[in-house]
Amino acid sequence: MSRTILHCDMNNFFASVECMLDPTLKNRPIAVCGNVEERHGIVLAKNELAKKCGVKTAEPLWQAREKCRDLLAVPPHYDEYVKMSRMARQIYGRYTELVEPFGMDECWLDLTAGIRFIGTGDKIANELRKTVKDELGLTISVGVSFNKVFAKLGSDMKKPDAVTFIPEDSFREKIWHLPASELLGVGHTTAKKLNSWGIQTIGELARRPKESLVRIFGKHGLQLWHYANGLDDAPVIPENAFPPAKSVGHGITTLEDLTDDEEVWRVILELCQEIGHRLFSYGQKATGVSISAKDKDLSTKQWQGSLPFATNSPYLIAEKAFSLFRAGYDWKKSVRAVSVTAIQLASENAPCQLDIFTMGNAPIRRERLDLTVEQLRARFGDRILRNACLLYNPKMPGEHPPVCLPPAIR
Amino acid sequence: MNYKKVYVAMELLVNTDGSMRPRYIIWENGTSYPIDRILHITPAASLKVGGRGIRYTVVISGKERHLFYEDGRWFVEARKG
Repeated sequence: MSRTILHCDMNNFFASVECMLDPTLKNRPIAVCGNVEERHGIVLAKNELAKKCGVKTAEPLWQAREKCRDLLAVPPHYDEYVKMSRMARQIYGRYTELVEPFGMDECWLDLTAGIRFIGTGDKIANELRKTVKDELGLTISVGVSFNKVFAKLGSDMKKPDAVTFIPEDSFREKIWHLPASELLGVGHTTAKKLNSWGIQTIGELARRPKESLVRIFGKHGLQLWHYANGLDDAPVIPENAFPPAKSVGHGITTLEDLTDDEEVWRVILELCQEIGHRLFSYGQKATGVSISAKDKDLSTKQWQGSLPFATNSPYLIAEKAFSLFRAGYDWKKSVRAVSVTAIQLASENAPCQLDIFTMGNAPIRRERLDLTVEQLRARFGDRILRNACLLYNPKMPGEHPPVCLPPAIR
Repeated sequence: MNYKKVYVAMELLVNTDGSMRPRYIIWENGTSYPIDRILHITPAASLKVGGRGIRYTVVISGKERHLFYEDGRWFVEARKG
């Protein structure tokens, strides 16, 4: 049976929320930007007027201002975006339980089961569009099709505030002439590679023998061939049914470049506090660690290694990450950004072989200590207990000097 | 734009099921304005002054107006000047 899948994409999401909260911004070109002083001054989102001036997402604010002199930079309000995203999902949930989020502003909906009772796909798409506009003051583009890939393609075809229907019997006429880069899974590099093989459109991709695509792209080639021929049968998986995380990472661009090992260690240890907490809350442990460092010229180096046992201890993960960094980084340039990722995750209850000759019960004692810290933080807040060396870390964003006055005259 | 967002104090009747019926708007200067009728209640965004919440379309002194309940506070779309 043919499925009815909708893809709802909230247009210029962050910027639209800002305009909804403050309608005076509507008639001005705006860009939602991170904090310039914290070196996060890149464009996170822009509205239609800024888009018309050529402002692009992820470019630095100064560059965007060169294209658009009147550009108004607005700080992001993540709590509002999360709230709006949740409310939009609640609206989608009135029609089906099968709502799969794809980022904060996009969702797939599978309406196949209820379509006989609630109307056709494009009728519901238009209802959704109107409801989101009325209730949230935001516009969405909706793609309606028989699989997830074409539904997503449809939502990108007409923007903003529009519905695009790609039916099963005429999808070839409707989308095969589009550039292959429009297809989900075809990024910048793949598109370039496809072009070099003479494949410009989705139709050309679909008509290629799948064997030749497998030769060029491996199994990704086969997947793309399926996508282009409308053979994608991936189900819409509801939000609460996601498989456990495959990795847990955290990274930061520091306020000033880091110039020695000690400063890097403090940043790594700080990052690992969050990683350890997330591993703990997911009920998982890491058996590997990966660390990447970006130098002041924006060139990134990455190293990874295995841990001798599975752990969710922030200190042990940090120790491994730091040893990888020390062994690999040559300090020819100062470091601008550091990111640590716990990889090769396993359930915290999975059996694990410890080596009694080299480690004794030190890791177990360490984990017991970390569990106590975790419980204290859950009860009294994240800052109740910290490593002494992290008490004042002026190069970390959001750090403030400790108050050094006695309480009586504070 | 000729409108501004004005948060107001309200006198309400809270029913046993938790639903609310606004009865008086209490303006900044302390004057109370009785709400004659509630015509419609729906989640909605305010396109005039920004923000979103539960919109109450009410009749005050014979005129239809919108009241919004947003994150525990009430606001109206007031004319500037």
